Amino acid sequence: MAKRIEAVNVSAYYGSFRAIDNITMAIEPKSVTALIGPSGCGKSTFLRSINRMHEVLPGAKVGGQLLIDGQNIYDRDIDVTAVRRMIGMVFQRPNPFPTMSIYENVVAGLRLNGVRKKSLLDAACEKALRGANLWNEVKDRLNRPGAGLSGGQQQRLCIARTIAVEPQVVLMDEPCSALDPISTLAIEDLIAELKNEYTIVIVTHNMQQAARVSDRTGFFSIDKTGEPGRLIEYDDTAKIFTNPSVKRTEDYITGRFG
Amino acid sequence: MSHTSLTTTPVDAQGAGGGGALPRGRRFGAETVFRGAATAAGSMVLVIIVAIAIFLIVKAIPSLRADHESFFTYQQWFADSSPAKFGIAAIAFGTVLTSALALLMAVPVALGIALCLTHYAHRRVASVLGFFVDLLAAVPSVVFGLWGRDYFYRPVSDFAKWLHDNFGWIPLFGSNGPYGRSILLGSIVLAIMVLPIVTSLSREVFLQTPTQNEEAALALGATKWEMIRTAVLPYGRPGIIAAVMLGLGRALGETIALALTLGAVYNVSFDLLGPGGNTIAANIALKFGEANPTGRSALIASGLVLFAITLVVNMTARAIVYRRREFTGGAA
Ligand SMILES: Nc1ncnc2c1ncn2[C@@H]1O[C@H](COP(=O)(O)OP(=O)(O)OP(=O)(O)O)[C@@H](O)[C@H]1O
Ligand SMILES: [Mg+2]
Repeated sequence: MAKRIEAVNVSAYYGSFRAIDNITMAIEPKSVTALIGPSGCGKSTFLRSINRMHEVLPGAKVGGQLLIDGQNIYDRDIDVTAVRRMIGMVFQRPNPFPTMSIYENVVAGLRLNGVRKKSLLDAACEKALRGANLWNEVKDRLNRPGAGLSGGQQQRLCIARTIAVEPQVVLMDEPCSALDPISTLAIEDLIAELKNEYTIVIVTHNMQQAARVSDRTGFFSIDKTGEPGRLIEYDDTAKIFTNPSVKRTEDYITGRFG
Repeated sequence: MSHTSLTTTPVDAQGAGGGGALPRGRRFGAETVFRGAATAAGSMVLVIIVAIAIFLIVKAIPSLRADHESFFTYQQWFADSSPAKFGIAAIAFGTVLTSALALLMAVPVALGIALCLTHYAHRRVASVLGFFVDLLAAVPSVVFGLWGRDYFYRPVSDFAKWLHDNFGWIPLFGSNGPYGRSILLGSIVLAIMVLPIVTSLSREVFLQTPTQNEEAALALGATKWEMIRTAVLPYGRPGIIAAVMLGLGRALGETIALALTLGAVYNVSFDLLGPGGNTIAANIALKFGEANPTGRSALIASGLVLFAITLVVNMTARAIVYRRREFTGGAA
């Protein structure tokens, strides 16, 4: 239920501006990979090119190859929606559908897949909410609006919505940046559990968080504004945080950046 | 600001950061003036509406006294003869029917155009198309009326004949002619007139959909249309309802175009194709010129009914929008 991701010379553009340049990295199944780096270095851009969400923006393009278990998702005859079903995404700001109840939010993806049977939806809803550590808090008010939850709960609701369709890979773009420390810990615990079933890639600005949750860490950086972001170093998290091999990585994680 | 001036200026001594007594609230500041102006503007609307209602009621009463038939159920309009015999039934029915038909035709097309403009068309194409839609809104209604009466009735008559030949067994299409000025022609012209309003309002509504919700749907593997169904349409629902209601308001009150394209026949009938149809506003336009005092008063009474219909429509729309908002906690 988890897949290997291999980026080969991935570049991404906004119109004619090249935001990331020649990223090559392999992400192992059932592991947590953290992407760190200064603001504007292209972490989000790279993350969004893993599930083909980058191209949603007008004028945005991706070059290179992105292999999921050996298959290039940018091949011409690939169904984009199938790619996105396989690779779920949790965004920086919690974004439950404002018009839907908690229940409807969780099963939204299943409904898109054509699941109609109430019993199946109910079961999947409970499983996903339990998986997102939210079940106990919302089981009595599944029909209340999803937008009525706290920020941390909303983010876990979005995680539940993402894992309800049982993807192979879960991408998270700063999932805790809008949350308090308690909710952040809840989500970090959740990531540790999700790792047993999914391949996880998480973008974070929080070094401690990267150190706590991830197995491998990729450090992105830019030479100066207007230049594309590059992958500077990619290694085991323990190595990156104790003994990085590149000077710039060390400067960044010890706060001597810029 | 230098360090010394920080401690010596009187502003700082009295301001929030200073150590002095808190300043007194200003009674005649800009805040008060603005609140007064806003309240006045708000009550002005109320005053105008009440004034209009009173005017209509007062002017309508004499004719209602003189009416020898039941005002609400009688279908004919002989308000100028004596004894005066007139009733609202046919023209009120015609008003509602033509407006409903016009919306039925215009709303799906308008929503389709708006979605195309916001989510499907290339930006350049969308802005050109949007420009033409706005242009359509700028065409005066008398032009639509004349166009409908002198030119557009021809294709519509052919269409009516086709409808009758193929679907004549449906009572709506039962008439076998002559085809010309009919409810069908009037409501199609009306549909074309409300189309730009509904289109440009719902285009604005669709543009308001938060990108993050659209992306959430896409990231779940939704196709474009599925994304529109899960994120755009539900979010825009209150706005769409408001857009439709504004269109309906325009349709209910439309005067000259319908006076020119409907058959000005006074009866309650669902026959869409034959000569027929009339509305309150069109009737007023046609009759007011040569009406005697009772006739005028009767027309004003019909205006009062139109006013009431519009009010009910608007309040229903508000109720729907409001119920929706309760659920989403104001998010939509
Ligand atoms: N929609 C867009 N249109 C044009 N340029 C963009 C867009 N989004 C991002 N960029 C540019 O692409 C580059 C990479 O942006 P990206 O959002 O991937 O950075 P990031 O590493 O995620 O930053 P942060 O840590 O602040 O989220 C930046 O220079 C940014 O200005
Ligand atoms: Mg980012």
